Amino acid sequence: MADALQRGWRLAVLAAVFALGATLQARGVLASIGKYWGDIVYLAKQHMELVAVSGALAILIGVPLGVLLTRPGVRRYASAVVQVVNLGTTVPTLAILAIAMTVMGLGAPPAIFALTVLTLLPIVLNTVAGIESVPQPLLEAARGMGMTRFGILWRVELPNAAFVILAGIRTALAINVGTAPLAFLIGAGGLGELIFTGIDVSEPGMLLAGAIPTALLAVLTDFAVGTAQYWLVPRGVNPLR
Amino acid sequence: MIRLDRVSKVFGPITAVDAVTMEVAAGEVCVLLGPSGCGKTTTMKMINRLIPPTSGKIFLDGRDTDLIDEVTLRRSIGYVIQQIGLFPNMTVEDNICVVPDLLRWDRTKSRRRAAELLEMVNLDPKIFLKRYPKELSGGQQQRVGVVRALAADPPVLLMDEPFGAIDPINREVIQDEFMKLQEALRKTVVFVSHDIDEAVKMGSRIAIFRDGRLIQYDTPNNVLAKPADPFVADFVGSDRTLKRLRLVKVSEAMMPDPPRVRSDDTLDTAVRLMEEHGHISIVMVGPRGRARGVVRLDTARGRKGLVGENIEPLPGTVNVTEDLRTAVSLMFTHDVAWLACVDDDGFYKGYVTQRGITHTLGAAYRGA
Repeated sequence: MADALQRGWRLAVLAAVFALGATLQARGVLASIGKYWGDIVYLAKQHMELVAVSGALAILIGVPLGVLLTRPGVRRYASAVVQVVNLGTTVPTLAILAIAMTVMGLGAPPAIFALTVLTLLPIVLNTVAGIESVPQPLLEAARGMGMTRFGILWRVELPNAAFVILAGIRTALAINVGTAPLAFLIGAGGLGELIFTGIDVSEPGMLLAGAIPTALLAVLTDFAVGTAQYWLVPRGVNPLR
Repeated sequence: MIRLDRVSKVFGPITAVDAVTMEVAAGEVCVLLGPSGCGKTTTMKMINRLIPPTSGKIFLDGRDTDLIDEVTLRRSIGYVIQQIGLFPNMTVEDNICVVPDLLRWDRTKSRRRAAELLEMVNLDPKIFLKRYPKELSGGQQQRVGVVRALAADPPVLLMDEPFGAIDPINREVIQDEFMKLQEALRKTVVFVSHDIDEAVKMGSRIAIFRDGRLIQYDTPNNVLAKPADPFVADFVGSDRTLKRLRLVKVSEAMMPDPPRVRSDDTLDTAVRLMEEHGHISIVMVGPRGRARGVVRLDTARGRKGLVGENIEPLPGTVNVTEDLRTAVSLMFTHDVAWLACVDDDGFYKGYVTQRGITHTLGAAYRGA
């Protein structure tokens, strides 16, 4: 039953994609997107560089920060720190870009800074939530058997929180890819160049040449992290397998 | 092996454990027993320093535990908790080998030991070693939990209500398995429980706690027979004497070396033997001494013939290694006042009567 539903759903999606493609083709839009192929490849690479650097930074800062916030002694500051990180998400992305630009000037660095700030929250939140959700008896057993604090973190807490942490990273990177087009506005390039220029010159082909690859990249990134989630999380605590 | 010297634990205004002094000898199972909040778990957790004592000293094998690094200390003490706490991210094998791995044992050696240990609790290593905890039933998980505590062969085992979350039928089975394991391994065990029946079954000694104080520390038989105060009497239950039935073996309460007859003896011989001993029946044994049947005085008196032609089936037999609880249960089942006692091969060893059981249990009270 569920299987049949899922198969039907997949078919419907395929049909919709096909219909969309056919319509675009009929209107000559696909041909006009094709014109920009060279730009798409160059800008997509630039786009993904922004995502990769800011995403990596966010993971490198976010996971250790999340771990730190669950350590005894630091735990009571956790909600305060999370509030601060939260600001990064509640302040509009454009505002962060503007602030970053005034401080750091034009180009990639301020864009990477803004994207990192934006990506940080889901990673920190999920790291904290993942580690806090590790059942207390596991920690007691680990301590009672003579594991060191680091051993408990490395062999018990992180493996058992891995699924939730990776889910946070997955969300964060998908948001990151989708927001990166704004980086063009402060001169960092990326697929935003086609989108915003396309809007400015009322050229739907150019706009779509930026928008469709951006959407595809977001889906691909999500898929890639999803695959990592499947393989990296130990089987005993992986709801996917 | 384990000695507590005026150990106390104070949490804010509450004294959880109040100057407890006790000693657990090597190879004994000491059950810490009492209602919740009595300090039994806190006492246990102070032994591996999961909870630091406020005052007092704890010695392990003569060494002051304060002077041992706490990680080293814990690795030398097996630890089992009620919630089991198997690591869901590791296979059964890796779970069992946690402490050996911490101690950097050779991998092939520790994995081989894991397989041996699983077999000792009747889990097939071929099936279970590579499984994850979530693929095991609760009873199987707790077997692995116990085995994990034994993996590095620690001399001391701490168990915090280890069988409390398991259904009653499985609990009996696992308790029996553990007793068998303990008989072979002779660990020094500190076992927290709130179940008097479990304590009587498992414990070589029972320590009863109330409000952080150790009220009575004695053998199960003495705790049941001579409760130190009304609280203990109440806690062990008004049927405490019945509980003692479990502690006494049939062999201790039976009349050994009873009169017996053979199938080719005459009824006259049987009657004479019964009258000599004041019995109203006598057991007939086979040529090698197996209990075969019974002759009653009122059927035999005044009749001629051989015993073999006048026997009736035995009303019931009980193995000498069983406890009195089983014997009494059999008596009630068959509506008889005595049972023939036999050994594993069916040889007639003696008989046990209701009066004899009452007498045996009563001995403890008369002595006082």
